[in-house]
Amino acid sequence: MPVPTDQIGKRYAPVLYAVGREKVREYAEAVGETNPLYLDVAAARVAGYADVVAPPMFAVVYAGRAFLPALFDLELEIDFAHLVHGAQRFEWYELVVAGDEITTVLEFKDTSERAGLRFDVFESASVNQHGVTVSVGTWTNIIRGKE
Amino acid sequence: MAPLSKGDAVSLSVTPDQYVTVRYAGASGDFNPIHIDEQFARDVGLPGRILHGLWSMAQVARAAEAAAGDDPTALLSLSVQFRGMGLIGEEITVAGAVTDVADGVATVKLEAVQGSAKIIKGAVAELRAG
Repeated sequence: MPVPTDQIGKRYAPVLYAVGREKVREYAEAVGETNPLYLDVAAARVAGYADVVAPPMFAVVYAGRAFLPALFDLELEIDFAHLVHGAQRFEWYELVVAGDEITTVLEFKDTSERAGLRFDVFESASVNQHGVTVSVGTWTNIIRGKE
Repeated sequence: MAPLSKGDAVSLSVTPDQYVTVRYAGASGDFNPIHIDEQFARDVGLPGRILHGLWSMAQVARAAEAAAGDDPTALLSLSVQFRGMGLIGEEITVAGAVTDVADGVATVKLEAVQGSAKIIKGAVAELRAG
């Protein structure tokens, strides 16, 4: 299967995501969170946070949006019908709270072929409105060859 | 928060209900029909709608955070490998243990199992050890 090695290192335009209190709560409820810091603004403020805290995995929401231009980048030749999410890593730094504005830059880090499978690796780097890094994500997608 | 020590066990059980993928699709923005459309999922050869891998990863994150006393700043990193498909309505057990504590960071190795299938394997979380 051909892999677009000439695209390695490509970066996409920064994508801005404004973190909303109800969006954080909606996400927290969808994954079964019960920690009041994620759900209750009063509890979060008592604990010293400006607003509800985004659970770490909320990175999927603000960084995920940065994927759209890459997924529809014809030069990457992504075959959606045979795409599966193979692996995921996040590193977390500064906490994200509702009201933050997160900017994410996505880079196509690597592509390779092993045993008829194409492995694509993307890296998302997200910073808050103060320019402080909040998370770095490494997303590995596997594309199966057409039978 | 209680300090973490080598050998400490981490666990969490959760049973994804009928609508969890619908709620997660809305919350996350991932509306891939294999997660929310029963007929589409069957048409592409799946047993039915399957869980979002990142929802399952969030359960692993919850298990790790709970071990750190639900301190949202404790989880420093988490990496996972997605394996079998996560199914709706069947209990998932996340289990792991602290394998190392060094320089104030506890390393926790975990997996998520549903029935006889490992849906997440080789998960490694780093937590502030307290």
